[in-house]
Amino acid sequence: MKLLVCIKQVPDLESRFKPDAAGVWYNETDLAFRMNEYDEYAVEQAVQLREKLGDGCELTVLSIGPDRVVEAIKKALAMGCDNAAHIQDSAASSKDPWQIASIISAYAKDKGFDIIFTGMQSQDRGSAQVGVTVAEQLGLACTTTITSFDYDNGTITAKRELEGGIKAAVKLKTPALVTCQLGLNIPRYPTLPNIMKAKKKEITAIAVADLLKEAALSTTTSFHPPAKKGGGIVLEGDVADLVEKVIAILKDKTAVLR
Amino acid sequence: MKTLLIGEYRDGKLLESTYELLGFADQLGAESALLLVGSESQLPAYSGTLYIADAATCGEYNPDLHKQLVLNAVQQENPDYIVFLHSSYGWDLAPRVAASLKAAQISEIIAFADGSFEVGCCNAKMRRSVKPNSSTTVLTVQAGAFPALQAGGTPTVRKLTADVTSPLEFLGYEPAEKKDVDLGKAEIIVSAGRGIGKKDNVPVILALAKALGGELGASRPVVDAGWVEHSHQVGTTGQTVSPKLYVACGISGAIQHLAGMKKSDFILAINKDKDAPIGEIADVLVVADVMQFVPALTAKIAA
Repeated sequence: MKLLVCIKQVPDLESRFKPDAAGVWYNETDLAFRMNEYDEYAVEQAVQLREKLGDGCELTVLSIGPDRVVEAIKKALAMGCDNAAHIQDSAASSKDPWQIASIISAYAKDKGFDIIFTGMQSQDRGSAQVGVTVAEQLGLACTTTITSFDYDNGTITAKRELEGGIKAAVKLKTPALVTCQLGLNIPRYPTLPNIMKAKKKEITAIAVADLLKEAALSTTTSFHPPAKKGGGIVLEGDVADLVEKVIAILKDKTAVLR
Repeated sequence: MKTLLIGEYRDGKLLESTYELLGFADQLGAESALLLVGSESQLPAYSGTLYIADAATCGEYNPDLHKQLVLNAVQQENPDYIVFLHSSYGWDLAPRVAASLKAAQISEIIAFADGSFEVGCCNAKMRRSVKPNSSTTVLTVQAGAFPALQAGGTPTVRKLTADVTSPLEFLGYEPAEKKDVDLGKAEIIVSAGRGIGKKDNVPVILALAKALGGELGASRPVVDAGWVEHSHQVGTTGQTVSPKLYVACGISGAIQHLAGMKKSDFILAINKDKDAPIGEIADVLVVADVMQFVPALTAKIAA
């Protein structure tokens, strides 16, 4: 069995975002980067399957981006991936979802992966396209937004999360790709021995130009904060004062405090 | 300009969200046709062309079959835009259709202007304007971003069929977990978000809910982390609520959460991040540490 998990490194979403010089994406200065949260669930699920299948199973982690993404790759290796592919691209953020998917597909095309795991979406771009597009490009069975996963002898059984807490159970034959929703499992923290072991695992670097042959299908023309709607009151300052103000407002504007 | 709108039908029912697509096409000023894998006995209130495949024959959603049905309608209709809701159906199916046509896809749009589409990013804190480079474009529209339009009328029905073998099989639905609290009827809800920091802090939020005579709510990350049971979850995959007072404690305001509580009469948000998207819909945003402010507020109310 050959497994692939695709991860993205994203900024801490608690950060303040400022447009870059071109005004089409965020300025990376002062941002701290980490593994996309959805991808942590994808890695965990892939590692669990890797452990269940044991010897003869190989799990590769892939990430596209500048040198900083090696940190996210190392975390995935410490969580239990066997080896890694770093697609080196200092301009990854300017690629559209079609191009990102095309890069992954070009890498995976001849490698015979049985199952590919991805996050359901990235926390920064959030297109929810890349995983499904890879499946289409490679002709794989695919299901999305899974909150449970089971594999047995060439068949995946999964539950998809629908609206209102309803789930749809589906069965699909491998080769397949699944996109992972939050809550699918409990992603592990890498232990120190595993972090040390991960240092010896192989990270293959590949230049993006060797894989990308597709032009972008869409272009970002602007990155900006939402227009402030106004209306809402913003209160700042000393906690005791804030409490007094909030109680006065609640008494004035709502019927819940007398 | 022509749009092909992909409506939703599930488990024998036309989903109301389908009318949001009609509202979107109307705002776009585009001629529209609607596609539905549904039932002729349950036609939408719509007077345009309806491409319909029989759900009784097709079964519940199968991505490979639905993709082929959409592609068949695209061939007949030749639309400029193929439009889905950004839902579990839309985000699963849209990229398949886009890839087959090698069309641009722009996800979760909330507005448009001059052939460019506005989408949220960075956890809804920022926006991007995106332009397609292809002649046909696939769009998914954010749930709730465009008001539903029920113009009435009877559609001109065109039947659609496709014969597809799929590696995927639908096994069945699992109903939502039983709710031990019906937040939909609560007049006051105090919800905990990731900003409360840890599970041990949940009682602090619960204490405020008690002091106000309300119920405890929670955002998705808090439920996923096991801090609060799913029956308390507010949002797209939890409960939709409209209390007289909604207090959001340490909730940043992901779209899925906002969709579940934005109809509340009065929203009080407490967040240390002044730019958190919850501030966009809150009547009052208190910029403070939740664990300092909430106990102080509870003490004052209880006094």
